[in-house]
Amino acid sequence: MLSSTISANIEESLLQGVNKVNCTSSLDINEPSLNSPVPIFSILNDTGDILSNCKSIIIPENNELIKMYKSMVLLSIMDKILYESQRQGRISFYMTNEGEEAAQIGSAAGLHVNDLVYAQYREAGVLLFRGYTPEKFMNQCFGNVDDLGKGKQMPVHYGSKNHNFVTLSSPLTTQLPQAVGSAYSFKRLKINRCTIVYFGEGAASEGDAHAAFNFASTLDCPIIFFCRNNGYAISTPANEQYRGDGIVSRGPGYGIATIRVDGNDILAVYNAIIKAREYVMNNTRPLILEAMTYRRGHHSTSDDSTAYRSKDEIKEWLDKNPIIRFKRLLEKNNLWNDQNEVEYANETKKQLMQSFTIASKKNKPNWREMFNDVYHEIPDNLLEQMNSLEDHISKYSDHYPKE
Amino acid sequence: MHTAINKYSLVCNATKNMLCGCFKRRSSHFVYHPERISSELGKTSKKNMYQAINSAMDLVLSKDPNSVVFGEDVGFGGVFRCTSGLRERYGEDRVFNTPLCEQGIVGFGIGLAVAGTTAIAEIQFADYMFPALDQLVNEAAKYRYRSGNLFDCGKLTVRTPCSAVGHGGLYHSQSPESFYAHSPGLKIVMPRSAQTAKGLLLSCVRDPNPCIFFEPKIMYRLAVDDVPDDDYELPLGKADVLIEGKDITLIGWGTQVHVLLEVAEIANKDFGISCEVIDLVTILPWDKQTVTKSVKKTGRAIVSHEAPLTGGFGAEISASIQEDCFLHLESPIRRVTGYDTPFPHVFEQFYLPNKWKCLQAIKELINY
Repeated sequence: MLSSTISANIEESLLQGVNKVNCTSSLDINEPSLNSPVPIFSILNDTGDILSNCKSIIIPENNELIKMYKSMVLLSIMDKILYESQRQGRISFYMTNEGEEAAQIGSAAGLHVNDLVYAQYREAGVLLFRGYTPEKFMNQCFGNVDDLGKGKQMPVHYGSKNHNFVTLSSPLTTQLPQAVGSAYSFKRLKINRCTIVYFGEGAASEGDAHAAFNFASTLDCPIIFFCRNNGYAISTPANEQYRGDGIVSRGPGYGIATIRVDGNDILAVYNAIIKAREYVMNNTRPLILEAMTYRRGHHSTSDDSTAYRSKDEIKEWLDKNPIIRFKRLLEKNNLWNDQNEVEYANETKKQLMQSFTIASKKNKPNWREMFNDVYHEIPDNLLEQMNSLEDHISKYSDHYPKE
Repeated sequence: MHTAINKYSLVCNATKNMLCGCFKRRSSHFVYHPERISSELGKTSKKNMYQAINSAMDLVLSKDPNSVVFGEDVGFGGVFRCTSGLRERYGEDRVFNTPLCEQGIVGFGIGLAVAGTTAIAEIQFADYMFPALDQLVNEAAKYRYRSGNLFDCGKLTVRTPCSAVGHGGLYHSQSPESFYAHSPGLKIVMPRSAQTAKGLLLSCVRDPNPCIFFEPKIMYRLAVDDVPDDDYELPLGKADVLIEGKDITLIGWGTQVHVLLEVAEIANKDFGISCEVIDLVTILPWDKQTVTKSVKKTGRAIVSHEAPLTGGFGAEISASIQEDCFLHLESPIRRVTGYDTPFPHVFEQFYLPNKWKCLQAIKELINY
């Protein structure tokens, strides 16, 4: 047994890995439950009223409010049309945005148009708000000659250079470290350009999320990590995905600031994004923004979510519909009414159906397109393979789609 | 994942190699064949491979203000010294350490390239690049294709040390080029010398496609050439015919080129066999034309690489040769490669496709 005790004086630590830290003679286990959950910032209640204790919030101009609302409705109508068209076998696949319209449109409205967006796959609303037309969405879903992606990817893998929206890929979370790299590039160029990267709470379990958080923090990158915590990764509920306090709880471990916001409250998301953008650009630091929301639709057209969640649960969230909540606010301020709603919805459906018909009739790209854009130039091996397919098709043309 | 002790012991031993010629002789399984001086490229200086690579990056950083170099331990010069002096010259925002995370390094590099920055990423050992496989195969390789050419990451080059070093064991010796060769969209390059390393690295950096640049680590200090001081680029996708011959074609890349050059000399001197030696240089997309032209002439071919036999890139080359040169062949195509085992530590001399194994194969094919 030790005959003397060592005094636990506070000294400048020689340890490289920690800041100035106290020593203690008390051997305690630091239980995570001692930290209280991070509160959720919200502005609108379910009846569309602004909470009385909200201070210094920004409310967009009336025309901007209407643009935001119309974008939500447009997104939801486009979703219905494309979802149904997949069910009828017109397109091969689709993913709806139902329930997450506020998170998407609210964040898009708070960003600058030249801010670079890296998306996961449920952010069509961000692109829509930036002016990517429904026709373009449909061209992509059909993979026709006018698809900017030239028919290479499955439906919903959108991208647009003109809208600063990097083309998505199916692997989850790969976009996170990439977004950090772009943020570092913009920081060095000293241009006022922010990077935002969207992902789900399930994606946050991937190693790339860790990589991205740690790189962004250690390399001081001005980036907003926008987590859409929608409760499910396909069928796996969030409580089987992590045991901490959601995704905001990752922040302190990486030395990253956080905001948690009600993702179904478009004004809260809008304000949170403006504040987050200001923070990351002024401090040249990353920020994790966790939007608490609910994926009301199925994961994709390949999924039936009633197999793993109750209809009651879905119904409960239907009452918290972010579109209705926002509509109530607009109605109370005489910016929108039922007649506007009917007119806008009818006109939108009509236009979207027209776009759909046009997109569905366009040809597919020429099969030779298959060999383009693998490299900047077509190397000899690909030319050889293209010629061999050409020769084959000339002999077996009946077995291939006509151009 | 990998211990610092292992890394640094390799570096220290490499230093020993420089200091003690007799040790070098015993530890390396090949004789380095220095490059000839090319007068076209102006003034030259004696440089080893790491210095040549350093010189290439120095040129990139000095000419392109929107270029960066990064990776694990890169700031202080890198464990193999390839980045030494660069942070001091170009600042810590352009030459910097990253956290220890290969998938992060490659993903970060892709994002830099997407935003228009020239990104030179270092993965400390090719053996440790597998956590980045997803970023390389699913992301970097497919960026241009999947976006219909709206976005690309052609400004990304990933440098990484590879291949046998005498005492690297399982995790400091691998030659994993064939894993990446199955990913259309990537360019994969492996230099054989200090002189080619500089010119090829400059080409990779400026090529509008993402490139993986494998650096045979045993040559960092051992390979000394007259390296041009100025900027020069060597063509990607083009093989080099180093010795012309008429009886048999020997194909290799990286360190193995030197094994083949020595074997060709022995075969010629002792047995009067005339070997044509080809350095493939670029693994993807590879120069099939040069290879098939040569085999049509000689009628025999050996492909030799350090990586395991099954699924190695030699299989791809052999298949193409039989398809394109069938009626010209005088014997089967032979692969002389590492075995289908992990890279062994104390058995390295038995594992490697050394000159004696290559010589035996040559004799067998000539007498087939």
